[in-house]
Parts: sequence; structure tokens; C-alpha cells
Amino acid sequence: MRRAVLILTPYLWLLALFLVPFIIVLKISLSDTALAIPPYTPTLDFAAGWQGFKDFLGALDLENFTFLSTDDLYWKAYLSSVRIALIATMLTLLVGYPIAYGMARAPEHWRATLMLLVILPFWTSFLIRVYSWMGILSGEGYLNQFLLWTGLISEPLTILNTPVAVYIGIVYTYLPFMILPIYAALERMDGSLLEAAEDLGCSRVTAFWLITIPLSKNGIIAGCFLVFIPTIGEFVIPSLLGGSQTLMIGKVLWEEFFNNRDWPVASAVAVILLLILIIPIILFQRNEQKQREADG
Amino acid sequence: MRKLILTTTATLALGALSATAQEVRVYNWSDYIDEDLLEKFEEETGLKLVYDVFDSNEVLETKMLAGGSGYDVVVPSGTFLQRQISAGAFQKLDPSKLPNLDKMWDVVEQRTAQYDPDNAYSINYMWGTTGIGVNVGKVTELLGEDAPIDSWELVFNPENMDKLAECGVHFLDAPAEMIPAALKYIGEDPDSHDPDVIAKVEEVYAPVRANIQKFHSSEYINALANGDICVAVGWSGDILQARDRADEADNGVEIAYNAPKEGAQMWFDQMAIPVDAPNPEGAHTFLNFIMDAENMAAASNYVYYANGNKASQEYLVEDVIEDPAIYPSEEAMNNLFTTTPYPAKVQRVVTRLWTKIKSGT
Repeated sequence: MRRAVLILTPYLWLLALFLVPFIIVLKISLSDTALAIPPYTPTLDFAAGWQGFKDFLGALDLENFTFLSTDDLYWKAYLSSVRIALIATMLTLLVGYPIAYGMARAPEHWRATLMLLVILPFWTSFLIRVYSWMGILSGEGYLNQFLLWTGLISEPLTILNTPVAVYIGIVYTYLPFMILPIYAALERMDGSLLEAAEDLGCSRVTAFWLITIPLSKNGIIAGCFLVFIPTIGEFVIPSLLGGSQTLMIGKVLWEEFFNNRDWPVASAVAVILLLILIIPIILFQRNEQKQREADG
Repeated sequence: MRKLILTTTATLALGALSATAQEVRVYNWSDYIDEDLLEKFEEETGLKLVYDVFDSNEVLETKMLAGGSGYDVVVPSGTFLQRQISAGAFQKLDPSKLPNLDKMWDVVEQRTAQYDPDNAYSINYMWGTTGIGVNVGKVTELLGEDAPIDSWELVFNPENMDKLAECGVHFLDAPAEMIPAALKYIGEDPDSHDPDVIAKVEEVYAPVRANIQKFHSSEYINALANGDICVAVGWSGDILQARDRADEADNGVEIAYNAPKEGAQMWFDQMAIPVDAPNPEGAHTFLNFIMDAENMAAASNYVYYANGNKASQEYLVEDVIEDPAIYPSEEAMNNLFTTTPYPAKVQRVVTRLWTKIKSGT
């Protein structure tokens, strides 16, 4: 009995928080738009019984998915989101790895404090933190004022509302998700391996590439997925920091939903986004599983 | 945007709670009321007021069509109101609960009746125009003393925009207003529903697109006031608020607003009661409170928009009632145009075109 409850709980969780919402979205994606409340048709009428259910099923079709393939906007937006997510993940790795490395090499009594500092930003609202970047990056913002003061530039740089600002926002926001798994991997690493490598005539740089990087591989992979997956569907950062040339699927989804009031097409876009995301999520799962098996 | 998202989250949280009879929930545009009025309402009526804000008609409409928004009073603009009425989103007003209705201004009521026949579902809150706000110093520095700040030439002529790009230009992210403006510029009917005519707008935006820094419907108030940008195509009162903020900050920024001489869009923001409002009684109380001449005047004096309340005019400060950018002369009024809602098929063409204009794809 206890065993059954233990096994059922995660499945119930999955059913209530993932499968049911997904089926609702899928159902809307097969409907047609209408000027009504709610703005699509057909809606399921429970009073009509079995016949009503059959009529309902009969009115569903794949029209919205065919529509998506007729306009290149959607594919461009998906591709552009993947590209932005890939570049942002690489940048986050480049910034995050040295930080995680430094933390793992720091004296032991320092590590808890360093860890706290990485997590600390989560104590304020994500939205307010992204919003404050607008104040830093704007034409009259702190960054430009500082650079003008140092004399490095003579004209304010335009950073806000460009793709650069979007990358800064993503790297800043998701950095802890990169640092923590890498730090966890590096901290577990046996330091004597590096000593052994040096004894055997390996330079420190070569030892880093041959030993440290491979041993932190799982941390790197976990960190990259944790950054990549949410970044693809990111909406808030590109809308606040990005200009209109930053094309991301989150924004397209918003426009379908709010500007066109076309819930069915918006839902179709969301279903495809989910299908695209399932691939990295499965890869991530598999990596986690392998790691668990390796840890025995 | 920040407010918008905060509100969206707040609303989600609110939706979960059930409304009580002592509460009135109002969903209005951001920066659109003197907040002292909110306190005054609570003091006078003993009702608790929950006041949330949005910055686009599209967001409001999505909430209305989703149903169960939990709001008692919402403020859509004319064309959106018309469509939402036909979707069955609003309830008819009960004139017996609105004794202040006789204070409304017939000039405005005649115009709003094209969206809401007999004004049966809504009262006018504010009205204004969509035009151009400029940082006078920067624009004359870049374009000379005779810069066409009172013409669509300023933002649609590529020669001007090439020069203005360096100081920053924002456009509203509101296709239902930015497309009619471009149509007006090329001499077409701004209210055209013909996809072939609407398509011409793309050529208007193509050469200036790269010089438009951002399409956004609320950020420009602060950006203009701080001097971060020098031109914004936006709503009259918002730009006048930016002017006011710059004056207060005394930062050397001088802002001017003009409804372009070729013709500018006139719009009306209407207060209406959702069909499923939890507290329609309280909603009527709120509408009647707003229609009080002194309250309405206080709101206009604060937000620099004209209102649809004749009786309020004697309480308006000179800065507002005498300013032709807020209360245009009768002659200037004739130069303003209104639009009607797009049918669903045309709406899709418009949104697609707008996305193409904004993102280049």
C-alpha cells in the first residue's frame, strides 16, 4: 500500500500539472476561433452527453497546424529562439564555469558564503531584477555614465533594446543554474588526481583540459540544459530588454494570443514548441539517469 | 511592461479568491488617474477599491473574452469596446443608478455612439489623440529650426528618420493606431479594411523601420521625460505627462506634443461593466463617482487628457482646458479621424503585417 502511494504520487503530480493542461491546450489547438466567450469553438457541452462528445470530436481538425506551415514567420521564430538559446547557453557557460571553478577551489570555510552569494539574487523578484537592468543599460543609464566618466567612450552606447541586452539579461538571470551543477561536480572531484597528473609531467593547463573538464562534464551538461530549455520559450527578458528585431517564439505566441485573439493558432504554436523542447528534455533525462547509474 | 506583468500576476492571484460585495475591482490603463481619487472613493462610499492597470487593449480584450476576469469596471477603447459588446462581454448600464449621467458631454457622446449605440453599455472616461511627442531641443539640433514636428513627415520621411535615429525614436506597439497613421500619411483612407490598401503600409515603414528603436506602449513616457529618446509616436496625454515630469525633474528636457496636421486618430476610452462582474452594484457606484464633475476634472487635471464630461469643464485648470493639444479647437477636431474594428480575417492580415514591420520577417 505504502509503495503504491509512493509510486502514484509523482504520476498524479504529472497528470494534474502537465498532462491535463497539455490536453486542454491540444484541444484548443484543434478548434476554430470565434467572437465569443471563450473565443473558440467548439466547447465541450457535458449536458449533451455521449452524442455531444462525438459532435465535439467531429468539429476538431488540424487546420491550425497546416496554417503554421504556410507562413515562414513561425519557423523563423522557432529557429531564431533556438539560436538565441544556444548562444546564450554558451555565454552562460563561459561566465559560469570560472565562477564555479573558483568556488570549488576556495577554502572550505568560504564555500557556504560563496554559495549563498550565488543564490542571493533569487530573494528578489526576477521581474524587478530584469527591470533594473533597463536602468543600467539605457542611454542615460549607469553603465553609460560610468564609461563616459572613465573616458573609454565619448558617446553613450546603445545597448538597451538590442540583442546584446537580451544576452546580458539571459546570462545574468540563468547564471546560478549554470554555476550550481558545475560547482557540485567540481567540488566532488578528487584533488589528488591533479597532483598525480602534475607528478607525471602534465602542465597545469593540460591537466585542466584532460582531467578537470571531463570530470565536470555532467555538471556542464546539466547546467547547459537548465539554461537552454527555459531560454527557448523566454518572453519577459526579450520584451523588456530586447528591441523589436529580436524574434522569439514567446513573443509570437503572445501576439497570436493577444493581438489576433486567435487562441487556437496560439495553442498550436505552443504544442509545437513543446514538441521541440521534448528532445533536449529527453536528452537531459538520459544524462541524469546515466550519471545516477555511474554513481551507483 | 513591468506594471503590465505585475498586474497580470496579481490578477492571476486574485482570480483564485472570490470577490466580496464590499469590494470594487477596477482595471484601467496605467498612469491614467489621480490616485487621490481612489482614496476619496473608498472614504466616500466605504467600499474597498482594488485598482489594477494594463497598457494595451489587446491584453484587456483577451481577459474579457476569456471570461471570469473578476473585474467590475474595465476601460477598453472604442473599437475594442464595440467588438467586445458583440461578443457579449458587457452588461447594459442601469441609468437609474447613474444620476450623474446628465453631466456628460453630448459632443463626445455622439461620437462614442458609433461604437456603443445609445451609449447603452459604457460611459466615456477620457479621450485623446495619437500623435507625435518630441524633445524640442534635440530634434531642432538634428533637423534645424523648421523641423516638421507637427507632421507625419517627421517620423515617416526616411530623410528625417535617418537623422533622428541617433537620439532614439519609439512607436506605439498598437497596430490599430499605427497602421491608420501610416495610411493617412500616404493619403489613403485610414479606416480602410481592404487588405490591399493596408499592405501599402509596409512600404511606408520599410525605409524607416531600422531607425525605430522600440515599439512599446508605455515605456516612452519615462524615456521621453528622461531624455533617453527624442521622438515618440504616442498618446496625447501620455506625452503631456512626460512633458510635466521633465519640467518637475528640471533636467533641461523640453517636450512638445502635436496631433499631426495631415490628420490624427481620435480615440475614446470607455468605462464598461463586464457581464460577469462580481459586484455590478459597486461598479455603478464607481461610474457615478467618476462622473461627478469635480472628480472627473481632478482626473483630467492629473493625466492631461480631455474627458467626456461637460460639467467638469468649469473645474479644469487652465493648463488643461486652454491647451489645444488636450481640448482641440472645433476646427482642429474636424481634422481628427476615428476608426472602426477590423473583421477577424483582416485582423490577422493587420497583425501579420505588424509583426513583419516590427521584426522584419
